[in-house]
Amino acid sequence: MSATTEAPATPEKDRDARGMLKEIVESQTLVVILAIVASLILGSVLIVIASAEVREAAVYFFSRPGDTFAAIGDAVVGAYQAMFQGAVFNSNGNSFAAQIKPFTQTLTVATPLIFAGLGLGIGFRAGLFNIGAQGQIVIGATLGGFIGWTWELPAGLHLLVAVIGCVVGGALWGFIPGILKARTGAHEVITTIMLNYIALNLVAFLLTKDAFQRPGSDNPQSPLIHETAEYPLILGEQFPLHLGFLIALAAAAGVWWLMERSTLGFQFRAVGANPSAARTAGMSVAKAYILVMTLAGALAGLAGSAQILGTEKSLTTDVAASFGFDAITVALLGRSRPVGTVMAAILFGGLRASGPALQVQAGLPVDIVLVIQSLIVLFIAAPPLVRFLFRLPTPTNVKEVAA
Amino acid sequence: MTTTVAEPIAAAPAVPVLARKLRAPITLGAVGLLSLLFLGFGTSSGEETTFAVARSTDFFQISTWTVPSQPTAILLSVVALALSGVAFWLAWNRRTIPWYLYVGFGFAVITALLTWAGAGKEGTSMQITGLLIGSVFLATPLVFGSLAGTLCERSGIINIAIEGQLLAGAFLAAVVTGYVSNASGSRELGAYAGLIAAPLAGALVGAALSLFAVRYWVDQIVVGVVLNVLVIGVTNFLFGTLLRENTELNQAIGLPRLPIPLLHQIPIIGPVLFNSNALVYLMYVIVIVLHIMLFKSRWGLRVRAVGEHPRAADTVGIKVNRTRVRNTILGGAIAGLGGAFFTVANGLAFGKEMTGGKGFIALAAMILGRWSPKGALAAALLFGFADSLREQFGIVGTAIPSQFLAMLPYLATIFAVAGLVGHARPPAAEGKPYKK
Repeated sequence: MSATTEAPATPEKDRDARGMLKEIVESQTLVVILAIVASLILGSVLIVIASAEVREAAVYFFSRPGDTFAAIGDAVVGAYQAMFQGAVFNSNGNSFAAQIKPFTQTLTVATPLIFAGLGLGIGFRAGLFNIGAQGQIVIGATLGGFIGWTWELPAGLHLLVAVIGCVVGGALWGFIPGILKARTGAHEVITTIMLNYIALNLVAFLLTKDAFQRPGSDNPQSPLIHETAEYPLILGEQFPLHLGFLIALAAAAGVWWLMERSTLGFQFRAVGANPSAARTAGMSVAKAYILVMTLAGALAGLAGSAQILGTEKSLTTDVAASFGFDAITVALLGRSRPVGTVMAAILFGGLRASGPALQVQAGLPVDIVLVIQSLIVLFIAAPPLVRFLFRLPTPTNVKEVAA
Repeated sequence: MTTTVAEPIAAAPAVPVLARKLRAPITLGAVGLLSLLFLGFGTSSGEETTFAVARSTDFFQISTWTVPSQPTAILLSVVALALSGVAFWLAWNRRTIPWYLYVGFGFAVITALLTWAGAGKEGTSMQITGLLIGSVFLATPLVFGSLAGTLCERSGIINIAIEGQLLAGAFLAAVVTGYVSNASGSRELGAYAGLIAAPLAGALVGAALSLFAVRYWVDQIVVGVVLNVLVIGVTNFLFGTLLRENTELNQAIGLPRLPIPLLHQIPIIGPVLFNSNALVYLMYVIVIVLHIMLFKSRWGLRVRAVGEHPRAADTVGIKVNRTRVRNTILGGAIAGLGGAFFTVANGLAFGKEMTGGKGFIALAAMILGRWSPKGALAAALLFGFADSLREQFGIVGTAIPSQFLAMLPYLATIFAVAGLVGHARPPAAEGKPYKK
């Protein structure tokens, strides 16, 4: 095979160098990096539009074009510097701890994304497009939070019980679309979207009840959970990173084992690849649908635990933020694989964590992060587009991309 | 010879021709029973409900009428139960349940609900006409959204980006309206300019969808979900920068109401159908035109062929990918036009994420309407009615917490998708890129 693709006349050394270059140019990693670069470039277009300095300088563009370009440069560099300092490393910090705090913040934000992304990934590989992580997070956080602020239990046990509460809540909310799909064929995209709204209204209703409100207050906000139910901070008081992150990594390992090494995971993948063939082979497609949705719900419930027991510590209707929807993009970017999901979650966690710094330092709305996130996913999903934009050669052995 | 022919005929009755489809009648029966228990016996006796339909513009005034609440609610629930009994009998004998039975059932249960809600409310009456006006108005973006979905999916492209197309349309409509009315000094002209601009924004999102789906074969659901996020990001960003600094670009300017002479004075029908703005009239036109085009024209046949069996369509010379791109862009334009509802048709300024998930409800309406414009209209009106009911109940004040009323359309959707519709069959080639 190699004899036909390589020219025999090429000198050995030259061929090696060229082969290496070819490998780099054709690699998937390069596409990912270039996709991020392209997204940042497109994002900077918005930054430039929003910059008042650029618009002022553009008025006299033809007399002094240099001013415009300088203003563009300042705006873009300022914005991305702020993002870097907000998400990875803050060089302005006066101690090492202050300097690396942004990165621990990134990991903290990534935690619920890892959990929910893992669950959605299992669903995607089983052919189920679950949009319901948002509702599953909300219900999980509600049940776990209720245990957290009402029950009085010893330190370790309370956390365990509260986490189990979150898991049960999320699993229940995932089970409903699962069984509807299995028994009635109801499309899971529709049922999960509807269950998101139902969950939100349910929590809004519960928050009007005394058992869910702070004593002496009528605001739709729950009491704080007891300290015994909080995830302990793993790097000490000055960093926000909590135990949930380690559990998320463990969950990623668990999901990897389930999907790649276990019989059940094989069945899930078989059902996703071809339900009819799986049924013919004697697998129960209905059982797989129910199990996958319940499992995805349980993982989303854990994402809820990262919110209620880790960062928020009290229940509001906004407890899930937009993690349930962001997790969809995370799972897609990670190609539904556990390692990819963890990496994508950290990337998106960083983008989200950079929001406050972006707002304070560069004076830009945090929504630019959404734009960059979605552009990254779009570009990564379409490698030919990236290759076209950067004038890269198309790979000789095109592999089918499974999203 | 005779024996070989006679045998299968004799054997035929023993083999069940069709399984009995009892799920729908059982669901109807359960709903009817709930209606009897909660609405019928849940109303305290001796109270009265007042219904009103009249509007001041009507030719002649229909007076309000008052009914004793409990007997009426019980009677209506019993009627509903009887209808579900008929449905069960039909299904048991393997006959199809006619659509008007469902309509009659729905009418009975909803009237029972209204009777229950209006019971003992002195001084307030259930405004039937207001309820219907609200239904049509609130259904407008859903109709446009589900039409967009239908148009794309019939050609084989899944359009999850309806939400983004609505939002983009709402945004551009607001900005163009603001700009033109500022430049020309005429608010009316501005509003119509916004209405013309809205489809362009939606078409742009549709074009992006078709680029990734048709040219680069990216999973269509992935592209749709991501495009939604992208549009939310871009509009939020511009809202926070451009529109905040130039407030004249984002004003509350509405389309004028265009009552149709004479027709709008007919009681009930007039205010509901013939006293709207240009966007709502446009909606009716588009529904009718699209329904005829999709199912009666050569173009429609080709589109459906592309969505069901692209290879066969290609074999007879239909350009599969070109059809898909055109349909996706056209669908995006229709959804974008629907987005104008949120700003210029409502007379509101643009707000962050103001479409609030209506694009997803439109998607549900499309599936509920079984991928046809007529069905999309009916399903969207159902959702609009549920929304309108919530508003009406909010005014009258009922024992049901408002959050549960807000859940109503979503619960109804799950019921409909799981209980009544069951396995809806989408176009066969949906979501699969066509590779030669």
